Amino acid sequence: MKMISRSLIAALALAGAAMSPALAASGHTDNPPAQKWSFSGPFGTFDRAQLQRGFKVYKEVCAACHSMKLLSFRNLSEPGGPGFTEGQVKTLAAEYKVKDGPNESGDMFERPGRPADRFPAPFANDEAAKAANNGAVPPDFSVIAKARTYSRGFPMWLFDIFTQYQEQGPDYITAILIGYEEAPKGVTVEPGLNYNKYFPGNKIAMANPLIALFDDNGKAQDPGFYTDGTPVTREQVARDVSAFLMWAAEPHMEARKQTGAKVMIWLTILAMLLYFSKKKIWARLEGGH
Amino acid sequence: MSEHHSTYVPSTGIERWLDARLPIVRLMHDSAVSYPVPRNLNYFWTFGGILMFVLIAQIVTGIVLVMHYTPHTSMAFDSIEGIMRDVNWGWLMRYMHANGASMFFVAVYIHIARGLYYGSYKAPREVLWILGVIIFLVMMATAFMGYVLPWGQMSFWGATVITNLFSAFPVIGEPIVTWLWGGYSVDNPTLNRFFSLHYLLPFVLLGIVVLHVWALHHVGQNNPTGVEVKDYAKDTVPFTPFATVKDLYAMVCFMIFFAWFVFYQPNFLGHADNYIPADPLKTPAHIVPEWYFLPFYGILRAIPDKLGGVLAMFASIGVLAFLPWLDTSKVKSGAYRPIFKICFWVLIIVTILLGYTGSQPTDKPVLTLGDRTVLDMVGFAQILTVIYFAYFLVALPLLGLFEKTKPVPASIADSVLGAK
Amino acid sequence: MADHSSSETNRRDFLFLATGAAGAVAGASAVWPLINQMWPDASTIAAGAPVEVDLAPIGEGKAITLKWRGKPIFVRHRTKAEIESAKADDSKITIDPEPDSKRVKSFNGKLQEPWIIVYGNCTHLGCVPTGFSGDYNGWYCPCHGSHYDNAGRIRKGPAPKNLFIPDYAFLSASKVKIG
Repeated sequence: MKMISRSLIAALALAGAAMSPALAASGHTDNPPAQKWSFSGPFGTFDRAQLQRGFKVYKEVCAACHSMKLLSFRNLSEPGGPGFTEGQVKTLAAEYKVKDGPNESGDMFERPGRPADRFPAPFANDEAAKAANNGAVPPDFSVIAKARTYSRGFPMWLFDIFTQYQEQGPDYITAILIGYEEAPKGVTVEPGLNYNKYFPGNKIAMANPLIALFDDNGKAQDPGFYTDGTPVTREQVARDVSAFLMWAAEPHMEARKQTGAKVMIWLTILAMLLYFSKKKIWARLEGGH
Repeated sequence: MSEHHSTYVPSTGIERWLDARLPIVRLMHDSAVSYPVPRNLNYFWTFGGILMFVLIAQIVTGIVLVMHYTPHTSMAFDSIEGIMRDVNWGWLMRYMHANGASMFFVAVYIHIARGLYYGSYKAPREVLWILGVIIFLVMMATAFMGYVLPWGQMSFWGATVITNLFSAFPVIGEPIVTWLWGGYSVDNPTLNRFFSLHYLLPFVLLGIVVLHVWALHHVGQNNPTGVEVKDYAKDTVPFTPFATVKDLYAMVCFMIFFAWFVFYQPNFLGHADNYIPADPLKTPAHIVPEWYFLPFYGILRAIPDKLGGVLAMFASIGVLAFLPWLDTSKVKSGAYRPIFKICFWVLIIVTILLGYTGSQPTDKPVLTLGDRTVLDMVGFAQILTVIYFAYFLVALPLLGLFEKTKPVPASIADSVLGAK
Repeated sequence: MADHSSSETNRRDFLFLATGAAGAVAGASAVWPLINQMWPDASTIAAGAPVEVDLAPIGEGKAITLKWRGKPIFVRHRTKAEIESAKADDSKITIDPEPDSKRVKSFNGKLQEPWIIVYGNCTHLGCVPTGFSGDYNGWYCPCHGSHYDNAGRIRKGPAPKNLFIPDYAFLSASKVKIG
């Protein structure tokens, strides 16, 4: 939730100056640290290798509980994405069993996946997901990177218009993944909950998902988890999967920013031409301006 | 400018033939070419044209989106994601439409503020102004219903909160809400009728805009001096090319602003929660309407009584319609009214602060003394609400009686060229 | 002559009046279905038929939320202590005064005090309050900060009414029919 609605563009200084004591009081959860992302800024692009690594993390860790039902295997080879080849995607899809049917005799049957199929969900329905997860449904990950945010506070949200900072989602996801720690003294964490310094309210139902990859000392169980030689650290894994989720939520981000640059240049030229045309036309008037 | 005569001269045979049967070319010539415009308009007067552009852009992108959208509770969210992912240029259409709604309000608020400052609501422009208030209301209804269509958490809960406002009315309230919903809660029938109306209302809007422009062309534009046109030759310039080129320049500048959000910050003006599919059993931690509704939402929450809050909210917009008669000053333009000017800026700041209170939790402290909360968000909003209404109901009627205004130029030409 | 013309006028007036009235009736009749179609349709009404709820699985101090007619319904099994505290507060309810005994129903002439069954929508603007929270450990609405006690009575905040009680009746000591 954006606590400060990002609207009051004009409100800025006035509201802010009057309100700053009130704003300072909000929130006891740590704000997620800002990460460096290859896709931030007006010319940002996804790091293909990072998306491929992130996909591996999703597939081997997150996918056990979290569906991604809006994504299809084919998306993995589409422009602006992780850049898998069509052959790789075909092989990958075939690893999954997909329900299809009914066939001639009216029965449903399973067949190997095809690139056009959606990612299969780990649970048949929400009730099954609930039953397996202490009554809470693990959220779908298709647009999770756009569905999570944190309050930037005044005046940061205002500066964000100009700096184009908009990576609250991946920053938040990264923070959650590295935010698990021992509860501080005096904080009781009820059974079924876990302490996380970046989660609003600090008590999160999801157990640290990265324990699948790291031992208690934060050492990788399998240092060869990444095949491209990237060191396997908690931060690295968290960032990679966050980047992957950002792409999944906004698969046309690269195209959007590239189109944006062209549109901006074109409109600026047009605006300049119109400005000089306007000057020229109004110069015909006595006292024209 | 009713006394302004048509200057259209059909030059070819076919034009003369058409002019005798349907003088449409004459109409266009008179209203967009030879139409006399006060020569001293500043850039705040370009927002009418900008609004026309945004309205058309919204209608065009909306029609395209409907070709791919499915108005059903189980499919609406996914169909919009389908637009974002699979439809060619779908992401552009969707982001233009979603941000276009915000741009529409940015432009309309500037347009309204300009009218307030320069007294554009005063005689003979009362009907023009009231049509504008109606446009504003229809715009709000359209935007609200459009926001429901993606069927995210904010869509659903926004719809629930706003439709429930009608339950505040005694006796008929509850039945009205059931009738609006077409069920016992916001559900598929609600989504479908909102979709139907969201498609219809922009065309209604277009119709009212035609009346608005008609009224404008009948009485002529106001201008920064507030002095009416006295001598067409000296005070005005023809719409084309003078206003056309200026409006186009401003429009393209506005498009750059618009494009910044569409291409670089497409979700900045939205809510992250609306990327979570609607869940009738789970309320988001903090329901906030879109930014353009916040000041009115602030007024709604300022009144502890439910019916009172609803009435105050509607009154805060309705009061605009009575402005021509509430403002008693003989001087039209705020440029010559020193005390009015201060009141005007207070109103702007108060409205922005009301928006701020609307975006915050009600029990959040605004002013604390040690551990004691002296003023919370509701109390703060109450103070602001009183000032908001005082502007219209106290300041404007009284200022006309007491305010000592500055001398107004004899004519528009004088203000530009200096009095001779 | 004058008489003839005036009676002519009267007859003509009546004709026009009757025509106008008939037209108005036709117009209003045509509009009625257009307005009426917006009411809940037959399938919606049918889907909103009464439901029976088995109370046995809900332990003391626990609550469940069920969905009926698209709205949540809270069924809360109060502990002895909770009932006592709610009754003790009967005189302190100011916004929508209602004694605890009016918030529960009876079966075979016996008040079923442990069972609170209410619509799970805040009476302010329809959000879903969170259970076992707020200043009175009843419900707390996160939208605009309304606090309800364990009998669903509004104690603090902008909501004007206590949580609404749906139509329900005990079929046995451990079974209710809602609707």
